[in-house]
Amino acid sequence: MRLLLGSLYTFIVAAGIGLGSTWFALTHGAGFGTLRVGPWIAQPKAGTIDIDPYSRALIARIGALPVALGDGVAFRARNDDRGEPLDGRCEVTISGTTPQARYFTLTLYDPDGRLVANSINRHGFTSEELYRNQNGTFEVAVAPRARPGNWLPTGGVDRYVLVLRFYDTSVGVATRAEREAPMPSIRRTGACR
Amino acid sequence: MTRWLLWTLAGIILGGIVHLGTILTLPRTASQDAYERLAPITPVNVMTPIPSPSPAKAILPFMDPAFAVAVCRYDLGHGPMKLTAPVSQAYTSVTFYTRLGVAYYGINDRAAGRRTIELYLMTTAQREAIPDEEDVTAADRLIIEAPSTTGLIVLRALAPEPGLMPMAQASVAAARCLTQSQ
Repeated sequence: MRLLLGSLYTFIVAAGIGLGSTWFALTHGAGFGTLRVGPWIAQPKAGTIDIDPYSRALIARIGALPVALGDGVAFRARNDDRGEPLDGRCEVTISGTTPQARYFTLTLYDPDGRLVANSINRHGFTSEELYRNQNGTFEVAVAPRARPGNWLPTGGVDRYVLVLRFYDTSVGVATRAEREAPMPSIRRTGACR
Repeated sequence: MTRWLLWTLAGIILGGIVHLGTILTLPRTASQDAYERLAPITPVNVMTPIPSPSPAKAILPFMDPAFAVAVCRYDLGHGPMKLTAPVSQAYTSVTFYTRLGVAYYGINDRAAGRRTIELYLMTTAQREAIPDEEDVTAADRLIIEAPSTTGLIVLRALAPEPGLMPMAQASVAAARCLTQSQ
């Protein structure tokens, strides 16, 4: 009786820990070789044959195709600089410079990777479309309502993800620090609706 | 007390095994991975343009909306594959994925270095079957060895601004993947 109870308890603990940690890893983006620059996260190795098992499981589950390293590198951000989750009812400003690349694109998705419907049908910017300051830096207002300059509409969704993709870039597996990959900041600049 | 501690310890160790097991088997058991999503709209060994993502409909999650995309769902069972793709004005890239979505090779127009990207995809066995006297001509062909007989070739052409999207789409629509007889 005691043995039965004990093994039952063991199996419950095992299932809880095993499946719980798998779920956590897949929803919180665990992975090896993660490059973090401020709120931006990239996994350059996920675009190679040496992809780690966690990234492999993640792409299989969501059905996405990673950007190959010979093509570019994708950085994603779910939080702002202070670690607050990105909320589509609030206004944030992305500002600064980017690493060297022939082209880059900035895209806004919902947490499941779908584009977000909005009144002007804008889902992102390419490096060619951005209005820039004289010193080459740029600012993008990510907000539910229209803003002058580069406005990326959020459509008022509660949570969203920003993805910055650099194509034909020197950023890669060997990139370690912010000095090599200067990424723009994401700051809360306005009230929430 | 000690007995329960031991049961807990056993549970934690078993839990670790469950965790590793699920992570490692997930890619093989996922029923909605990229290949499965693309299968209904892409015939085998034909380069097929993919509709651009929109808020209402996207074939794959996290597609870059600035790109025109075409996919060749390949099967090397009948011989090696030749891929030809015109280079678009802005930026063109070709990525090779295994059946399970692992990007094993990616190349862009600058690295390919010509007006047309020309690549040969074959298995290791097919490469070894190339006769020796053809090695000289093979040297200036870009040959990629596929780790699996099936997978995806994804061609992407950038439209730097929305007005250039038709041009990018025309460029990917002109690409071909053709099975070569051995």
